[in-house]
Amino acid sequence: MLIVTELEKTYPTKKGGFTAVRDMSFTVQEGELFSIVGPSGAGKTTLLRCIAGLDRPTSGGVYFQGREVDGPPEDFAIVFQDYARSLLPWATVGTNVELPLMKKGNTAAERNRRVTTALAEVGLSDAVDKKPFQLSGGMQQRVAIARAIAYRPKVLIMDEPFASVDAQTRADLEDLVLRVKEETGTTILFVTHDVDESVYLSNRVAMVTRSPSRIAEVVDIDLPFPRDQIATKSLPEFARLRAHVFGGIRDMVHDTTLAHA
Amino acid sequence: MTAVQSLPVARRRTSRPRVARVARPVVAVAVLIGAQEALTRTDVLPAGYFPPASEIVRTFVGELGDDSLGPALMSTVRTWLLALLVSVGLGTAVGVLLGLVRPLEAFLRPVIEFMRPVPSVALIPLVVLTIGTGSGAALFLACFAAFWQVLVPVITGVRSAPAIALDTARSYSLSTWQRIRWIQLPSMLPHLATATRLAASTTLILIVTAEIIIQMPGIGHEITMSRSAGDPARMYAYIALSGAAGIVLNVLVRRIEKRLNASHGLEGSR
Repeated sequence: MLIVTELEKTYPTKKGGFTAVRDMSFTVQEGELFSIVGPSGAGKTTLLRCIAGLDRPTSGGVYFQGREVDGPPEDFAIVFQDYARSLLPWATVGTNVELPLMKKGNTAAERNRRVTTALAEVGLSDAVDKKPFQLSGGMQQRVAIARAIAYRPKVLIMDEPFASVDAQTRADLEDLVLRVKEETGTTILFVTHDVDESVYLSNRVAMVTRSPSRIAEVVDIDLPFPRDQIATKSLPEFARLRAHVFGGIRDMVHDTTLAHA
Repeated sequence: MTAVQSLPVARRRTSRPRVARVARPVVAVAVLIGAQEALTRTDVLPAGYFPPASEIVRTFVGELGDDSLGPALMSTVRTWLLALLVSVGLGTAVGVLLGLVRPLEAFLRPVIEFMRPVPSVALIPLVVLTIGTGSGAALFLACFAAFWQVLVPVITGVRSAPAIALDTARSYSLSTWQRIRWIQLPSMLPHLATATRLAASTTLILIVTAEIIIQMPGIGHEITMSRSAGDPARMYAYIALSGAAGIVLNVLVRRIEKRLNASHGLEGSR
């Protein structure tokens, strides 16, 4: 449904071209949560920006439902890591969530209903009239997620969304993402450098190498749904998958370290 | 008894910071005025050029009942506010346009960079020749000076929107108008507020200058009239009046600025 074929992205630099992503190909199935995990500096964000239509790949392409992505598609929503700058500080939480819905065909009542439902979903019904900077970091990221939920995208792209929230909030937000996927059937493309998080959330995990990054391996995560922070993570299969992915990433880091030595 | 005694102490303690905040500048001003009074009364400073502060105040109070102060103040303030309105309005409109349309700004940049540093005062002869010596001349000079001060920060402000906010707008397919209305204009507002405060000073300076040099009615004209009439006390009274007018507008604009920054969640919104 979302197909990435032989995607390559090269940035011009003073020393010539820097290839962040090379020969990247994979397919994300409808309704699945597909994680991209890799060491930092693996060009994950570059890849994601190309998929989201924010940047154009140097070669290769991204296809969504048979059409090439040549700009941000209307059916996509993004949750960035930098929630503070992604939200509008001068608009209330309610307006932040509502703004993407202000388009033809959405009545005020319909928008209002979707904003209320989305904020209730993330547990922020009381914050509708607050400004983002009056909320904690975790709450701000929940607003960003509520905005994505209310938008009802077919594909939700999340770029290390929980990298700057505390551990407890992170666990809560992970379960929120699983719930959204369960209830709405949204396809989710999730970028992270956290192995536990990728295994816990995903149907499949793609391990990417350092730049120029390519896919080293795609791992099927056959853990039962619904997942639970304690029960799922206690399963031997979780431990095995986690060790497998972790080992793969460590080898990549190790290899490049040796290569540079 | 002890409770009654301790009460005023406690109250004084809690109110001390505020008292100190008000008292310090008041004391500073009082000391300066007192020093000026002492130096001029003892003829250390020649009283012919520097009349004692008390005399300036007496002259000022006397002027309050006179027919020239009201119209002079009105004339200056009217031109001043009009100049501020025009320069901020025009500067904002053009600045937003140039901020949004980069090719246009690149095209006009040499012109802006050439015109911006031209001192408005240098245009006075030209203005007298073309516009004449009415209040229109002062208006033009003030607007010319303040326009650039507004234009440049507004261009910067429109472009100061965070890249992530703009990416978010694109990924949610917001319309161009939504992007401008909700991201770029609000990003620009704090820059505009600061520019307006600067423009308020600039326009006042230029208008008083024009009144002194071109001899058009207003505070500046009264200042130069007093000088030629050999009445330094009256001259200083009008100088003080122009300073007071500047302070009042500055305080008003600063208040708007603070409120704006607070609503943007910006630091320094004390």
